[in-house]
Amino acid sequence: MQLTNIEPTRRGEFWAGAKATIPLIVGAIPFGIIFGALAVRSGFSPAGAAGMSFFVFAGSSQFIATSLAAGGATTLFIVLTTFVVNLRHALYSATLGPYVKHLPQRWLLPLGFWLTDESFVVAVQRYRAEDSSPYKHWFFLGSAVFMYANWNLCTWIGIFTGQAIPPEWGLEFAMVVTFIGMLVPLIIGRPTLVAVFVAGVTAVLANNLPNRLGLLVAAMLGILAGVLAERFFGEPDNE
Amino acid sequence: MNEWLTIFGMMLVTFGVRYPVLALVGKIPLPDPIFRSLKYVPPAVLTAIIVPEILLTDGRIDLAFNNAPLFAGILAGLVAWRSKNLLLTIVLGMLALWGWTWLIS
Repeated sequence: MQLTNIEPTRRGEFWAGAKATIPLIVGAIPFGIIFGALAVRSGFSPAGAAGMSFFVFAGSSQFIATSLAAGGATTLFIVLTTFVVNLRHALYSATLGPYVKHLPQRWLLPLGFWLTDESFVVAVQRYRAEDSSPYKHWFFLGSAVFMYANWNLCTWIGIFTGQAIPPEWGLEFAMVVTFIGMLVPLIIGRPTLVAVFVAGVTAVLANNLPNRLGLLVAAMLGILAGVLAERFFGEPDNE
Repeated sequence: MNEWLTIFGMMLVTFGVRYPVLALVGKIPLPDPIFRSLKYVPPAVLTAIIVPEILLTDGRIDLAFNNAPLFAGILAGLVAWRSKNLLLTIVLGMLALWGWTWLIS
């Protein structure tokens, strides 16, 4: 991820944020197309499928919602599951909050709405970079706007053409390899390795909990393990 | 299921998780141990999403040779580790999935 030599202006940060997000957008393209195709196949109208990407904008919970809808779930159950699956965003918000506390509401509202796994990882790395650019929120914005535009465009493509893509291509795996590519460079130092190990084992053991609650339990235990390991091993080397 | 009520509800709970914490957490000082623990959020969450996707087939641990996502995932991890290049990781990871699927078919 290119985070050095960014021109510390609004425009420079915005485009640097967009550029840093390009690989993540590549990973999201097949995911968005498949979402559009699956949503229509699961009983959503084309307008409803497009509307979900436009108003909700949370990829993995949108996928889960379509599979629940296909299985005949109620509105209340789908909404509750979405809440649990997206609770991880509260952790992202808590991480980014201190960096954006000086921003007015007209910034916080859209940045809050546009917060995704991808833009979070890109933005937090920018905020943690050494330089003192006053426009790092423009970097965050550039990343978020491009993720959002791409997600909506790919949803439409999926709605109208997705039926032609054979499911055996396994295009939804693109999101998994994208997340692997995001994860590996973050593993620096033994405490992080411990956090990752505990989160991974717990995620497998807790996979059968209802409403995808296992994801949240695994994340929380992983974070706790990282904190405890930090006391034992000392700070990670990258700090 | 009511389609638009579902979408409206999903929008409310998703925004309700993302925005309030983002807007409030900077204003209320976080205790230092909590703030320091937040650096483990990205790796822990990403791992919790990835591992079941590649290790489980229909909810069971699957170490068999025909679990193509597992081997493609391991290869993607190695590529990411050696190259630190996200785009290369995505491309080789997908090629590995298709190659492995083709080999075992």
